[in-house]
Amino acid sequence: MGSVTATVAPPTDSNVTRWFRTFSAIVGSGFRRHATYRQAAVAGVVTNSVFGFLRYYIFLAAAGAAGQVAGYDRTQLATFVWAGQGLLAVVAIWGWTELADRIRTGEIAADLLRPVHPVTSYLATDLGRAGFASLSRLLPPVLIGLLFFDVYLPRRWATLPLFALSVLLAVVVCFGCRYLVNATAYWLQDVRGPLILWTLCSGVLAGLYFPLGFLPGWLEATLRYGTPFPSLLQIPLDVLVERDPAPMQVGLVGVQLGWAVALLALCRLVQRLAERRMVVQGG
Amino acid sequence: MGEQRQVVQAYRALLGAQARSQAAYRTSFVVDLVGNVGATVFDVVTVLVLFGVTRELGGFTLRETLVIVGQSSFAFATADLLVGNIERLPRYVRTGLFDAVLVRPLAALPQLLLMDLPLRKVSRAVFGLAVLVVALASAGIQWTPGRAALAVVAPLAAVVFFGAVFVTTATVSFYWVDSGELANSVTYGGRDFTSYPITVYGGWFRALFAYGMGFAFVSYHPALALLGRADPLGLPAWVGWAAPGVALVAAAIATLAWRVGIRHYRSTGS
Repeated sequence: MGSVTATVAPPTDSNVTRWFRTFSAIVGSGFRRHATYRQAAVAGVVTNSVFGFLRYYIFLAAAGAAGQVAGYDRTQLATFVWAGQGLLAVVAIWGWTELADRIRTGEIAADLLRPVHPVTSYLATDLGRAGFASLSRLLPPVLIGLLFFDVYLPRRWATLPLFALSVLLAVVVCFGCRYLVNATAYWLQDVRGPLILWTLCSGVLAGLYFPLGFLPGWLEATLRYGTPFPSLLQIPLDVLVERDPAPMQVGLVGVQLGWAVALLALCRLVQRLAERRMVVQGG
Repeated sequence: MGEQRQVVQAYRALLGAQARSQAAYRTSFVVDLVGNVGATVFDVVTVLVLFGVTRELGGFTLRETLVIVGQSSFAFATADLLVGNIERLPRYVRTGLFDAVLVRPLAALPQLLLMDLPLRKVSRAVFGLAVLVVALASAGIQWTPGRAALAVVAPLAAVVFFGAVFVTTATVSFYWVDSGELANSVTYGGRDFTSYPITVYGGWFRALFAYGMGFAFVSYHPALALLGRADPLGLPAWVGWAAPGVALVAAAIATLAWRVGIRHYRSTGS
């Protein structure tokens, strides 16, 4: 018996509309799948809100009597924190080990037989998940922020659409990172090491623990252009609070776009390398 | 007497099996040790970064704040090492493993804790202790016998307090299976809350966490007593010495909550 290519080439070039239909069907099923966990969503919102209060008060103390720190005023800090707590669940930095689990158990074989490339189908599922999360997890903290605190509302009309685009790109970038971390299971079986490293770096370097503007300027710039982490939270939030003038805002989203494209390409490359060496166990 | 020795032996067997199984994969274990210390390191780094943009936080200098951070990091990491595993209770309840625990002739709580004692978290507790010792040494504390005693007792009381918080929040899963993240808001939220002087927080949020749940006695009030500072919020100085009492009350509440919770427990499986 000859060798069998695990991934069938998707029929993208022959029929683009069909590709889009498949893609949006997977997005929809991802949305519905996560919409069933409503209790978990409520518990998550409560937790995000507690951390919202904590971080807001701590950053406010850092701003001190001047009420200004690293280019943020009090209202901007409030928006940064509350939108940030919501975004955390939308980009879903933590807790995704589905791919690694499927690689370890061998269930990945079923994914490889499907006519859709695994990177594409997992991305579509993740976009569906993010869609539900932006309703169930992003809106509530933003509303709490609006109710309890004096938050910064964007002043330029272009900011909101730009923010939406920036969040979408953040989800893609985060998915790319998580896919790569999970894909190390093709080589390592146990992904705990890479996962721990990812969890640590993503929290701090994405701007969750403190806005990266609190760091020295050269360090912030190195992180922003040299690593994908600020693209996860810091950049969308900076876009939302209009920390920079409009052209710079667009430039930041451009940085995200670059990371999104690069990471997706890298995911496909890693997937191809993995398939070449992979042996699925079992009969 | 003989029966008691048997029980101790059973627990020791559980612990020994745990230690051997975790150390069997040596590389993984080392990675875990290093990874776990990272989280606590970043908590301290966050404080340093904040002091990079401001000279004082809520009226406290970096050195004073570090005493609070050290106390909180050490206590949380140690409690997490000893009792933190209980946060897996929701999964045990959901998968029905808790039934197996209940039918064994040993108490449920110690079994749960020993069944999966995360030895990898030792690194965190050690790091937390190092921060605490360095902070105490560099804060310019005027040592008296009383303060020296408090410097030893208060962290231990805080460990008991966090342990009680872990157990109490975990019992929520007896009533609400999907509550995992809810417990995080009090356990990890409590850790973050106690890492800063409570003067930075405001309004009812501070009142709820500091005195409603008692987190002010973990690090803030003992640190004030050690530093010899008056409370900017106006509580008398002896409050700093009340930490052990608060920890005992918390432990009593946790015991009660656990007993009531177990009695309420109904298996999810069929």
